[in-house]
Amino acid sequence: MNSAKNSANAVLVLALSTLLVACGTDSEPMQHGAEPVLPEPQRGLLPEMNIADPVGWGDQRPVVPTGYSITPIATDLKVPRQTLVLPNGDILVAEGMGGGAPKLRPKDFIAGFLKSKGTTSVESGDRLSLLRDADGDGTYERQTVFAENLNAPYGLALVGNRLYVANQDALVRFDYQPGQTRANGPPVEVTKLPAQINHHWTKALAASPDGRFLYVGIGSNSNITERGMIAEQDRAVVWQVDAETGAHKTFASGLRNPTALTFQPATDQLWAVVNERDELGPNLVPDYLTSVREGAFYGWPYSYWGQNIDTRVRPQDLQKVAAAVEPDYALGSHVAALGVDFSEPAMGALFADGVFVGERGSWNRREPSGYKVVFVPFRAGRPAGAPIDFVTGFMGADGKTRGRPVGVTVDPRGALIVADDLSNTIWRVTPR
Amino acid sequence: MAVAVERIQHRTLHPVHAFLLAATVPLFLATLLADAAYGSTYQVQWTNFPSWLNVGGLLFGGLTLLFALLGLRHSALRRGRYLAYVLLVLAMWVLGFFNALVHAKDAWAAMPEGLVLSVIVALLACVAAWLGFSSLHTGDTP
Repeated sequence: MNSAKNSANAVLVLALSTLLVACGTDSEPMQHGAEPVLPEPQRGLLPEMNIADPVGWGDQRPVVPTGYSITPIATDLKVPRQTLVLPNGDILVAEGMGGGAPKLRPKDFIAGFLKSKGTTSVESGDRLSLLRDADGDGTYERQTVFAENLNAPYGLALVGNRLYVANQDALVRFDYQPGQTRANGPPVEVTKLPAQINHHWTKALAASPDGRFLYVGIGSNSNITERGMIAEQDRAVVWQVDAETGAHKTFASGLRNPTALTFQPATDQLWAVVNERDELGPNLVPDYLTSVREGAFYGWPYSYWGQNIDTRVRPQDLQKVAAAVEPDYALGSHVAALGVDFSEPAMGALFADGVFVGERGSWNRREPSGYKVVFVPFRAGRPAGAPIDFVTGFMGADGKTRGRPVGVTVDPRGALIVADDLSNTIWRVTPR
Repeated sequence: MAVAVERIQHRTLHPVHAFLLAATVPLFLATLLADAAYGSTYQVQWTNFPSWLNVGGLLFGGLTLLFALLGLRHSALRRGRYLAYVLLVLAMWVLGFFNALVHAKDAWAAMPEGLVLSVIVALLACVAAWLGFSSLHTGDTP
């Protein structure tokens, strides 16, 4: 009787879920590298969702390859997102959470509530913390506030004695002297940044090797234009900002959410990780790593991965689609890459040539993707080969999520600094 | 000579039931009109409006359905036009709910299914109101 009832229920649930969610499989097709497999778009009546279920680390630690060790060097931060290793070895941590885009539809209330369960409940720090390991024993015994009252700071860059910080609404500058532990005063504004709505609020930052230009990543104001085309003015672009004057121009466009920027060592080549659009199925659209070519259009919103038209956008623009270029390297769909940095020989032979990528992890997928730091090997200055897991275990076998890796920074002394914005921890991975 | 007087039982729509039923019509009709406006302008604000109007229709429609089902307590009502009325309200609500899910898709992804569903739901609301008010007099229960 009971089992009959149960199986009847199971059939009902199965029928409903088949009805509500398009019957695609989550199993990952080959979605790494220059030519990812792109299935047909699919979307049931409900988007596929699997929200992180947070729990504390306890005695557990993220998992690193044999021959490496990982330690938390700072805890109880206030939403750490990006870090910067200063020349003297001090580490600056940008803490904060911006956004607050208005909820326009019933969906925005429901989805906002569900997604917030997978993130920290700590309030935005709106500050920079400084971590110092004075004696070089790997313990960062000093943790102080370098600057506060910022507005969701994210991107960080040091050029000579100037420290640039990309707030969610403006690019600002502090004077910095080696060894300094506290800013001299409030920062100077270099230029305002697009901040209306700020659906994607993070402002990524990198400085050109000669220090003349700053590059700011500005995310789109929607998933796929559902806030209207007019909201996308100056969005989904990378700005080139003159460091002296603050004058800017659009350097590249069609990059839905360029969440981290970095320059390839010994070149003038800018690279970015970009988060692509949601609600086209578990295996669309791959987030990517790409060199950012000046003047190039990368498709958003009209098309994805080159010239695959996104039919959700009206009016369409077939001329723009024809101009869209393919990114260099797919990281996988919905992995949510939020950090990128080039490695150094001090990271060990296996991980010397390539980039580390922090993947905060998916929501729009039944079988989660991301939730780890990967290493994309390079050869002759280009990505070559499949990504290698470098830090894992953020989502445990028990289905609980203990951390979500975001910004990654290579310390040239031989360490990878990983910001974790769920457990509000900074992790340091070193070769033993 | 006795005059045969046929006693007709006058079942009537309760005023609250009547109010709820009437309210669904403009809400679902406005949902349809706003969808049509999006279809012809691509202005995204016209998809935000129907998302809410449809929710409003579902709220009043759900309460109407409750009253309509309660009316089935009376055996005299379990037939004919009243039964058709209840089924129409049920169909209106179920399709309206699917329409809410469709309208939760981003931008043009809701089209044209959203518009088609809005047409059907608005029609069902109109016919349900017609049947509801013509088969039953307004007054007290149900």
